[in-house]
Amino acid sequence: MSRQPIFILRDPLKCSGCRLCEVACSLKHEGTVWPEASRIRVFEFFPGVDVPHLCTQCRDYPCVKACKYSALRVDDSTGAVLVDEEKCTGCGDCVRACPGKVMRLHPKTRKALVCDLCGGEPECVKACQEAGYGALRVVPYRSVSFKIYSTLPEAVAQRLYETMYGGEK
Amino acid sequence: MNIPGYNGKILEVDLSRGKDRLIELDEETAYKFIGGRGLAAYILWKELGHKWEQVDPLGPENLLLFLTGPLTGYYPGVKLAVSGKSPQTNGVVGSVVSSELAIELRAAGYDGLIVKGASKDHVYIYIEGEKVEVRSAEHLWGLRGRETFQKLFSEVWGELKKKNLAHVGLTKEPSFVYIGPAGENMVRTAAVMAKLTHAAGYGGYGAVMGSKKLKAVVAKGFGPMPPAKHPEWVKLLIREAWNRLNQNIFWKQWGTSSGGYEVANLTSSEPIRNWQEEWHDARTMGVNNYEAHWVKRYWGDYGCPSTCMKISRLIGGKYNGAVTDGPDYELQAYLGPNLGVFEPRGNIYLSSLADDLGLCGIQTGNVAGFAAELCEKGILTREEVGFDLKWGDTEAFARLLEAIAYRKGIGDILAEGVARAADKLSKQKGQDLSRYAVHVKGIGIGAHGARSGKDFPQAFTYAVGVQGGDHTSPPRLPVEKAWGEFTAAFEDSAVICSFNAVDDLPYQFLKAITGWEISSAKWFREHARRIVSLQRVLLLLGGPDLYWNPRIHDDNPPRFYEPLPSGPFKGRAVDRTELEKQKKEYFDYLGWDQYGIPRDETLRELGIGELSEATRRIRNRLKLE
Repeated sequence: MSRQPIFILRDPLKCSGCRLCEVACSLKHEGTVWPEASRIRVFEFFPGVDVPHLCTQCRDYPCVKACKYSALRVDDSTGAVLVDEEKCTGCGDCVRACPGKVMRLHPKTRKALVCDLCGGEPECVKACQEAGYGALRVVPYRSVSFKIYSTLPEAVAQRLYETMYGGEK
Repeated sequence: MNIPGYNGKILEVDLSRGKDRLIELDEETAYKFIGGRGLAAYILWKELGHKWEQVDPLGPENLLLFLTGPLTGYYPGVKLAVSGKSPQTNGVVGSVVSSELAIELRAAGYDGLIVKGASKDHVYIYIEGEKVEVRSAEHLWGLRGRETFQKLFSEVWGELKKKNLAHVGLTKEPSFVYIGPAGENMVRTAAVMAKLTHAAGYGGYGAVMGSKKLKAVVAKGFGPMPPAKHPEWVKLLIREAWNRLNQNIFWKQWGTSSGGYEVANLTSSEPIRNWQEEWHDARTMGVNNYEAHWVKRYWGDYGCPSTCMKISRLIGGKYNGAVTDGPDYELQAYLGPNLGVFEPRGNIYLSSLADDLGLCGIQTGNVAGFAAELCEKGILTREEVGFDLKWGDTEAFARLLEAIAYRKGIGDILAEGVARAADKLSKQKGQDLSRYAVHVKGIGIGAHGARSGKDFPQAFTYAVGVQGGDHTSPPRLPVEKAWGEFTAAFEDSAVICSFNAVDDLPYQFLKAITGWEISSAKWFREHARRIVSLQRVLLLLGGPDLYWNPRIHDDNPPRFYEPLPSGPFKGRAVDRTELEKQKKEYFDYLGWDQYGIPRDETLRELGIGELSEATRRIRNRLKLE
């Protein structure tokens, strides 16, 4: 089946902070509930201010460029960054290169850890949709500007806080 | 030890000596008491049982427990069980709060945390994986909830970021529980707080935390939940639970906020002006009116598809900036109609204030209502209170909440909780004021009355609950058919949320995670009876300041025998013959004698025969046999 590159569109205003996405992700990739190993994370710096945070597949792929060991490559069909665990040395260059601080090292294996878009049918999106929140949804990649989304969670949280609570801390 | 679904280790921090160590959890104990509330009761019995009556809940010898269960993290929704010898009941209360601290503790490799002794200085406990530190909290002490949250959060989060950002990347934020000024001042109605609005209120463990000079407990873990016996089955069960819970949109849509109008109007069981009435027709308390203040309709904790929490914020006006949850029904009622406050703004403000002061909204709303009724009846004067305390006066009640949290003036007496305040004031006034105190065994009744018979509590529910007036652990009949104390014992011990406990899924989870064959039938006959009997024994041991006599205290508050004065169920009251009948049936089921003391053969059958020594102490004190 041929696929077109996709993007997981996130709407923090609709995010309940329930983190079913995190559970779904770690169930799929780790076979258990493992918050720190989930590729998608929802940050909550202030109660109620929930920021879903995951890879935006920047079209200039700074993480892929930063890797000296060719351990990262781009999935032709989905646009996801894929990790070759054999080649990854856990040096952290990709972590430092990531503009949104999404890229991490796996808490146990210490290999690069990033969203692989589940091959085109992301589990996190399914969980969010089925629960009725629709804070995550799959859209064609060409319909978004990745630069808007490759942002630090704190920056998003600050804007969200102002929107929800009216600004004053 | 390797027990599926458990880490097999409990962290113990001794604040008196500044030392920590690991305690191994053996499989037999885990099987018998599961975790959370059940395990707490067992640990407390084992450590303090021999001198229970002498242990001051607010003294250094008490233990403060933060426990998880085998289902924590796996079962949708997250809960943490807080326990210890309760400064409200002098027994054991499993006080459960929504906090990701439970998951962080599990991810850090522990099944729970035991805090022993008391610190000389103000401290907080910091746990990061295997690293355990007792840190100074001088800069946090005295701060209110919101300030504490923000300051502590930026401190520990900043530290984690600094350490990890350049190498392993951005980790998730740590989680913590904390106390506000009320806990610091050892107010018996103080709660252990999480995320501004969540509280472990019943039991008064905020005061225990304050007595240990412990401002907060922070944890960050990096591992998975402890491996389950049948991981594939657990995955399927999580999906199944989501499917079922997603179909129930009631919590999602309304949370418990529809109760503010409906519990009063439809079932006549909401506390109004210190339970003088239980029915109202104030449409101002309708959920639509609250929705106008909601800035967030759906708010959930880790892994919860039900998201029953709403967040309200007041913008503009004199209460500008107040943030709280919905409020949920309990605080809607207790900091609303119970104080004669029938408008959402005042209610949201008082709820936000209680959260910020670290007060349990239920217990504090209860004792505040008690004080206001004494004022109404002319028993307490304006001079004694310091200001006019009139029903519906939001500002006056706000002043009272502050006075309680800081133990100022009359607040010092009220800070003892309604049972002790009533005793003290009765002595001062030379008259019996217990008829105005709506509590059982030191715990103010949850905001669900028993008089109309239309809500869930039955005639005997509060009278015999091992957690006093706690509405979340209500004895009900028939035991095996009803949601009640026995199912609550499961939820609080496996440590899951009762709103998410649907059908027999919790038992299936337990089997898939631990491999143990514990059906619901077995749970009722064996495990729940064991946990409830153990709690009952510790409750009846009581002391040192209050002791319970089953012949007197296995009863409803006097108010429940006054006929309802208004509403469609006007004239109804709790029926004493019904109460006695139900009590007997319940005691018989549990294998307790006519005083509700577990029989020796029951204790032996349940594998806790060593408690016979304690029941003898109870009989001696009560001069039975």
